[in-house]
Amino acid sequence: MAEAKLPEDEDGVKIDLISAERMDGKTTMEKIRTILDGVRDNKIVILEAGLTPDEESRLIEVTMAEISPDEFTGLEIETYPKSQADDSSLLGRLMGKEETKKLTVIGPANQIETLHKDETLISALVSRK
Amino acid sequence: MGLLTGLKDSISRAASTLFSEEDPKRIGIYGPPNAGKTTLANRIARDWTGDAVGPESHVPHETRRARRKENVEIERDGGTVTIDIVDTPGVTTKVDYTEFLEHDMEKDDAVRRSREATEGVAEAMHWLREDVDGVVYVLDSTEDPFTQVNTMLIGIIESQDLPVLILANKIDLEDSSVQRIRNAFPQHETTELSALEGDNMDEVYDQIAEYFG
Repeated sequence: MAEAKLPEDEDGVKIDLISAERMDGKTTMEKIRTILDGVRDNKIVILEAGLTPDEESRLIEVTMAEISPDEFTGLEIETYPKSQADDSSLLGRLMGKEETKKLTVIGPANQIETLHKDETLISALVSRK
Repeated sequence: MGLLTGLKDSISRAASTLFSEEDPKRIGIYGPPNAGKTTLANRIARDWTGDAVGPESHVPHETRRARRKENVEIERDGGTVTIDIVDTPGVTTKVDYTEFLEHDMEKDDAVRRSREATEGVAEAMHWLREDVDGVVYVLDSTEDPFTQVNTMLIGIIESQDLPVLILANKIDLEDSSVQRIRNAFPQHETTELSALEGDNMDEVYDQIAEYFG
């Protein structure tokens, strides 16, 4: 799929809203690469369907490997906290049922700051670099 | 005959590995930076072995390598629970060396510390996925527990069906709120303590014995 071209001198905040369909079928590393490439390009990445706990764990690990002084300080990630109603059973996981995935916002650590978060609302401040 | 004997021995060894009651469980001490993980690890190690695990500091990311203290025997109710405690680096999604400059550090030292910190976080995540049998999750009760790192880590721990005990640390401080932590993670037992002062450690040991014994 062709990537949209952005003007070089555009002075704004770039946001990628990635559909569940676009991420579906990607491997864990492909998902992580999609996220980190976007964030390292100073974009705010919004995933319609978030990551599984294992993918989140690997995202943290790969992010740590890519942090570099004066260049990339890591990422800020926000998703709704898990509510009691979402608690999936061991049997459900063994049967291959994933936990309910939730919309997830990810951005460069130096550009996004969470102001408030609860089970139903994420309020964030996004600044230009 | 030799083949059969070898096969029998292999099965026997595998079964003893799977079902051994003797192997101490590896309990990972996890949490965000500066929650008091090493202070707790040292408190447990000193109480039951006489040794410390590692240096403590108010500067974030003092612990940059996972450290294991083996065969910590905790005596409870006439019995003994033996565990390995694994003190892990604080988990985060970002590390900025400039934050260390605020702690009177030269740039070279700050950059080195940040690089070691990132390696330590990755190491901690690896231990969590592969090498721990249970988790003690330590939170600073003066801080907001509703952070993404806490949400993600508890989710990762739950997804692996690891037993987890949440500890609300630093109750000796004025701004401490244990209830805030209980509200954030109502699905888990939360026990309050001050690892620094040694407050409520008896209950902590009771819980460790109950959860990981």
